[in-house]
Amino acid sequence: MSVPLEHDYIGLSEAPPSMEGSERTSGGLNHKATELRLGLPGSDSPERDKGVVAEDKAGYPLGVLKSLSVVSGAKRGFSDAIDGGSGKWVFSGSGGSEAESGKGGNLFSPRGVNGGGKGGLVGGSEGANQNTGLGGPILKDGVVPQSPKPSQEKKPQLSAPAAKAQVVGWPPIRSYRKNSMASHPPKNEDDTEGKLGSGCLYVKVSMDGAPYLRKVDLKTYGSYRELSSALEKMFSCFTIGQCGSHGVPSRDGLSESRLMDLLHGSEYVLTYEDKDGDWMLVGDVPWEMFTDSCKRMRIMKSSEAIGLAPRAMEKCKNRH
Amino acid sequence: MDPERKKVLERVAVSTFPDEVLERVLVQLKSHKDRSSVSLVCHSWYDAERFSRTHVFIANCYSVTPEIVSRRFPNIRSVSLKGKPRFSDFNLVPPKWGADIRSWLVMFAAKYPFLEELRLKRMTVTDESLEFLALSCPNFKGLSLLSCDGFSTDGLAAIATHCKNLTELDIQENDLNDKSGSWLSCFPENFSSLEVLNFANLSNDVNFEALERLVSRCKSLKVLKVNRNITLEQLPRLLIHAPLLTELGTGSFLQEHPACQYSELENAFNKCMNLNTLSGLSEVTALSLPALYPTCANLTFLNLSCAALQSGELAKLLVHCPCLRRLWVLDTVEDKGLEAVGSNCPLLEELRVFPTDPFDEDTFHGVTESGFIAVSYGCRRLSYVLYFCRQMTNAAVETIVQNCPDFTHFRLCIMNPWQPDYQTNEPMDKAFCAVVKTCTRLQRLAVSGLLTDLTFEYIGKYAKNLETLSVAFAGSSDWGMQCVLGGCPKLRKLEIRDCPFGNAALLSGLDKYESMRSLWMSGCKVTMNGCRLLAKEMPRLNVEVIKVDGSNESQADKVYVYRSVAGPRRDAPPFVLTL
Repeated sequence: MSVPLEHDYIGLSEAPPSMEGSERTSGGLNHKATELRLGLPGSDSPERDKGVVAEDKAGYPLGVLKSLSVVSGAKRGFSDAIDGGSGKWVFSGSGGSEAESGKGGNLFSPRGVNGGGKGGLVGGSEGANQNTGLGGPILKDGVVPQSPKPSQEKKPQLSAPAAKAQVVGWPPIRSYRKNSMASHPPKNEDDTEGKLGSGCLYVKVSMDGAPYLRKVDLKTYGSYRELSSALEKMFSCFTIGQCGSHGVPSRDGLSESRLMDLLHGSEYVLTYEDKDGDWMLVGDVPWEMFTDSCKRMRIMKSSEAIGLAPRAMEKCKNRH
Repeated sequence: MDPERKKVLERVAVSTFPDEVLERVLVQLKSHKDRSSVSLVCHSWYDAERFSRTHVFIANCYSVTPEIVSRRFPNIRSVSLKGKPRFSDFNLVPPKWGADIRSWLVMFAAKYPFLEELRLKRMTVTDESLEFLALSCPNFKGLSLLSCDGFSTDGLAAIATHCKNLTELDIQENDLNDKSGSWLSCFPENFSSLEVLNFANLSNDVNFEALERLVSRCKSLKVLKVNRNITLEQLPRLLIHAPLLTELGTGSFLQEHPACQYSELENAFNKCMNLNTLSGLSEVTALSLPALYPTCANLTFLNLSCAALQSGELAKLLVHCPCLRRLWVLDTVEDKGLEAVGSNCPLLEELRVFPTDPFDEDTFHGVTESGFIAVSYGCRRLSYVLYFCRQMTNAAVETIVQNCPDFTHFRLCIMNPWQPDYQTNEPMDKAFCAVVKTCTRLQRLAVSGLLTDLTFEYIGKYAKNLETLSVAFAGSSDWGMQCVLGGCPKLRKLEIRDCPFGNAALLSGLDKYESMRSLWMSGCKVTMNGCRLLAKEMPRLNVEVIKVDGSNESQADKVYVYRSVAGPRRDAPPFVLTL
């Protein structure tokens, strides 16, 4: 993990003496740097320099552990999306207490650093955690099982380009508030399609034949069922008139349930484009993995879905 | 003195002022502090007070046992209890830590069967407990759960089903298992006593027709806060049934179908002329906002912390809210929005600005010191602030407190730990020095940014009325904490995380902790030995260490110290060591 030289505002013009030089490579794959570790006192942790804080070279009053502890199901491929600044920030100030004090990249936004994460970072939640010994500290039993970042109870943050390892409980925002904010992202946040902001994940949803698209925040749903019923509500108006092909009068008693039939029957198929750019059938992977990887969705006419495995069509029908 | 003579004297003294009279007088006393004072006057006053008390507030559920409470106060109708340390709100306390209401409920069932109200904060409450409560206390009227956990909507269903006289159901900010919205339908069809209903915390759909019927039956409904699933189209149908509403929390304020119901909405809000508190408004847009304008004239509390408003939208809205005393916003309003606050809300006393993207340091949105300064120029009565930002300067804070010297609660959260004054690169010591020196009435302070021991020297020296201090990522050495413990005569709660304070600091407070409610230290440099020493020296304190997996044996990862007459906890989980 590179000491983010670009962030000088804390007066750090160089790495604290205790940080090893090898970690300062920026951008290069530095396996030592990417190794997640929880520093126990005396074990390679930089001795906290007490008197330093006041000075310019504040050093690290508390070493920081960049704990990109992983979420279950995180794809390996996310590592490039992960803030590569996985650091061997070792927490010394607390004498090796849990990584909640390990601060993430709040200070040091290794924007320039990338790709460093591939090494020992993500690959499987358990693995990364074992390496770091973060198993206990960060993974509070059941509370925030996957990540020290308290903003999301379950959702991973690693898929975000801006994902940073978070200190548990910092900033001090209550989780209910994070949830409620999650579905209301600032309106000017609009760059990357499906960008994972701190707590929201808006993706475009298109429907074949509809005059305009909608956007949904995947964070507000906890399961495929919730998503599907929300999409039904959203797109029910567009299916008026679609029934013609089935010989059903278009305006007669059209209801959400009709849309459900349309969606769940053979008329439409719900698909999504994942981070690799492939179009996949919605529903195959666990929900969390889906929200991680979904960039946009498309309600596709089944006639066009021939490209998907025929089995998928069956799956689609039989799922409900 | 001869005991017989003493008794005679006492009888004489009492008979000139019968207990019944005293009790009648004391019943009027509501403040806990006053009641505490009364109880210390003499034995007969102590007795009179304890018999006349109907509400007891227990700030730390482990400081006393249910038995002690029930013995002293036999006539309680209303109980407020707080459980876990505040940092449990931020996941610093492992689950299953404790603060289970169960043992209290058992006592209530036996000793307070006429219990009417229960207000819990940071307690663990199970569905079984809720059902037990509903069944044991037939007169139960008011339930308020704030930041609690352990229950699901099944528990709420039990309350709705069995509490025939329920007037208040207030479910706020809890970590509950939201299984379904069917609990609402459990209110019997003839049930009509509800005055307060707050289920904004819940995320499942309730049956709207059932809600509509409920609202129309409950003619005394004063507070209604619905969840996000209630749409803007549905809202008017609720409002027309509740003209007495003083507090409204809307659901989604998004207009799905722009064409229609705007007029319906406007009409509905026009009827709600008693509103003083408005919240919710999730997904509000510039289109739907104007519908609120008529109702804002009397608003004193506007909670926009779920509404991502832009500065212009906020400005337009605030023009209609001249009486505002409390305002909560998201930092989407930015500095410009806060300027509008300063311009339009001269009566403002409380401002809270919440971050929208607290974990995304790349964001350049949000508020800065300028917004805060702008508010301080316009709102001189400001006394409560909670401000999340990414940059701050000493000079700004100095200006702010000069404009608003009446702060009682100053909670500044510079979101990047150890961040100095971004203009001068100095620590933020000067800022907090200005705060404690200028704001003599300061009761609650939360510090942030790069801070040395100097800040704590100032706090110890000047913050004479400080009761609650929250510290994170600050300080240089034990001296800092020693200063605070050596000063601050009224300190009650001290919560510290990730600071370089160790045993010397911890032990310097030996004389102080019994006058405090509690001390929390996590991520500091305290060791088990230090804690053991503290426990040994101060037997009337509970010194608890929360052990965290994988940490060093000798380190005390999280320390929670509190005074108690109940002795050590008997329900401590294995990871809590009582020393």
